[in-house]
Amino acid sequence: MDAARVGIITFPGSLDDRDAARAVRLAGAEPVTLWHGDHDLRGVDAVVLPGGFSYGDYLRAGAIARFAPLMGELVDAAKGGLPVLGICNGFQVLCESHLLPGALLPNAGLHFVCRDQRLRVQNADTAWTTEYAEGQELVIPIKNRDGRYAADRATLEELAANGRIVARYVDLNPNGSLDDIAGICNEAGNVVGLMPHPEHAVESLTGPSTDGLGFFTSIVKRLVNA
Amino acid sequence: MARVVVDVMLKPEILDPQGQAIARKLPQLGYEGVASVRQGKRFELELDGPADEAALDRARKIAETLLANPVIENYEVRVL
Repeated sequence: MDAARVGIITFPGSLDDRDAARAVRLAGAEPVTLWHGDHDLRGVDAVVLPGGFSYGDYLRAGAIARFAPLMGELVDAAKGGLPVLGICNGFQVLCESHLLPGALLPNAGLHFVCRDQRLRVQNADTAWTTEYAEGQELVIPIKNRDGRYAADRATLEELAANGRIVARYVDLNPNGSLDDIAGICNEAGNVVGLMPHPEHAVESLTGPSTDGLGFFTSIVKRLVNA
Repeated sequence: MARVVVDVMLKPEILDPQGQAIARKLPQLGYEGVASVRQGKRFELELDGPADEAALDRARKIAETLLANPVIENYEVRVL
């Protein structure tokens, strides 16, 4: 059968769209380039919102990208079940779009953080995490200025109670995220936001591990079995 | 032309490390007794038409849509 087609949206200021496309290819799917200014998702089976600084992160991270022409189509498709993974800036865009609750604020330490980060997978049932085991620890890079996850207490309790915290930071919380949250998902589990960068940990030559590949192989396996 | 100010502030329960960094510097500059600093954003909008309640309503809608993120921020509008 044909390979699964995974779209990667490029915004002005996106940085990691090519790395995301490469990770998709290594996982066995066909990466499809999507442009923020179009109104066409090109019939893809899933979408990755890559890292970077869309629209310069002017105003707030992700605040202007949320209103990109293609985001209208993406929000509707995500509500209809299309798997979407937002990485770093993509996570910020998903929060600003209200596809995910809460918001991402400047790191508590105010510095840009760039390090190999240990995480624990808390939910291995989302569209993007089935290749992991619950409780599995991963080491993948994190690099952000606005990575501090914040939400009100009721939202945090709801996320924890319903398994919607996808990953937590282990050993060290790099940005002051509440409850050590590194990633969350929507109620249906098809939309996942993650602050660390799994697309930078897909080959031992260029990453600290290959621990990130599982996010991409998870979606490939799901689409092949769908 | 109506000039409308939109002040956007982080909600009180949200940590503001920028404000804290500013507050920490003040005693070194000789300013004692500043219990806390919170940093916000001020937008000045120039709107066509008179500075009336309708202009403030437009500014509120702009604030809710784009200028503020109601998940983490509060905003106030007033005519300048």
